[in-house]
Order: sequence, then structure tokens, then C-alpha cells
Amino acid sequence: MGSVKPLVRIQGEDFDTASEIARLTENRRGIGAVVTFSGLCRDEAGTLAALEIEHYPGMAEAEITRIADEALARWSLDGLTVIHRYGFIKPGENIVLVVAASAHRQAAFEAASFLMDYLKNAAPFWKKQHLVGRDGENSWVEAKATDKEALRRWQKKTK
Amino acid sequence: MTKLVYFAWVRERIGKGEEDLELAPSIVTVGDLLAHLKQRGDEYEAAFEYPEVIRVAIDQEHVEHDAPIQGAREIALFPPMTGG
Repeated sequence: MGSVKPLVRIQGEDFDTASEIARLTENRRGIGAVVTFSGLCRDEAGTLAALEIEHYPGMAEAEITRIADEALARWSLDGLTVIHRYGFIKPGENIVLVVAASAHRQAAFEAASFLMDYLKNAAPFWKKQHLVGRDGENSWVEAKATDKEALRRWQKKTK
Repeated sequence: MTKLVYFAWVRERIGKGEEDLELAPSIVTVGDLLAHLKQRGDEYEAAFEYPEVIRVAIDQEHVEHDAPIQGAREIALFPPMTGG
């Protein structure tokens, strides 16, 4: 599967999940499984006006492409798409999309999960919370230790 | 000259997104650079108060604090990432 190239896009605008699936599967007959992961902006406390997502232009694309290439090397995939948005994103809106296509489901599930675990730890994006009616009290989201721990399961596995 | 770029709260505390600096030959590693920057003024002290948490990329690739900076065109300094 060395010929499969990942599609990586860093963009301000929203994306359409159905058309991204179609882009990978159209006119392909060997694909038996497509796994998509969508990451949304959530607001559990009802106080979030928006997330402001900052990124490192250039490196964001380069780093996600490195992670996607690693996934392509580890699993037999027929297609892989990663889209990450930046800018102001309101609760309920899309932030990130991963689409992994393969002949069988196991590879697609694992590759999508691997991609998100690595992306969270190594892709140069930062989230700032803008709270409702509280200008100036905005705060940067802190990195979670659980996200770092999530990497371990991939490191323990087959090298 | 080396281009330094800052993101998220590192950028906010320093008060700028990037700057060009002439780095003395005595600054060999990323760790040396962080120690040097920390003493450039109050805003740098605030940004690099806990240098161990700062993540660093040289020419857009992640590096550890013991990495040499010689030959770097662009060094980025930022907090742990929170994408996804």
C-alpha cells in the first residue's frame, strides 16, 4: 500500500463528512470498510461562546502528514483523509475529521484511532476558550495527561 | 540571524508572534536558548518561567531540549499542543 497518499487539509472553513467519504470511495471496488472520526466543539457547562484554534502554518500540515504516513506504513489502507480547522469554532461545530478506508474494518478502526491519539499530542494546534459575556477572561485549554497515556498502547504494540 | 516564532500563551506573554535574533555561539542547545530567553525581560520571564513545559520545533520538526540549534533557520517555542 506504499502508493496511497494521505489527503491532509488545514482550513478555516467547515467540511462535509459525506463528501469526504465519497472522495475516498468513489469508483473503488476493493474498499470494504470506512471509519470516520469527527471531533466537535463541545460545551458541557453552557458557558462557552467559541473555541479559538491557533495553529502553526506549514508545520501543522507537515506534522499531520508525518502521522498519516506512519499510519499508512502500519496498516493496509486504501485511503486516508485528515482535515483540521482553525479559527473561531462554536459549540456543536466541526473541528477535525479523520476518514480511513480499508479492505477490512480492523485496519480502518485502528488507523483512525492511532491518528487521533498522535494528532492530539503532536499536531501544532492550541485551543483558547472564549466564554459567554466574559471578555478578557479567555483561557487556553491545558493539555491532558490522558492524551499522552493514550499513545502508550501504540508503542507497546507491534513495531 | 535566527527566526524565533511563538504560539498560544508563549506568544501572548512575550507580546509578539515572531522575532529575529542573533544568537551567541555559547547558545548550543534548545535548553541554552530557553535559559537565555528567560533573562531578556519580564515578558520573557513570564513566558519561560517553567522552561520544562515548553515544546520546541526546529524548522518545523519537534525536538527535545538537548537538541543542538546550530544551523536552525526557524525555532518555534510553544505550550503543549491541544489540537484534535
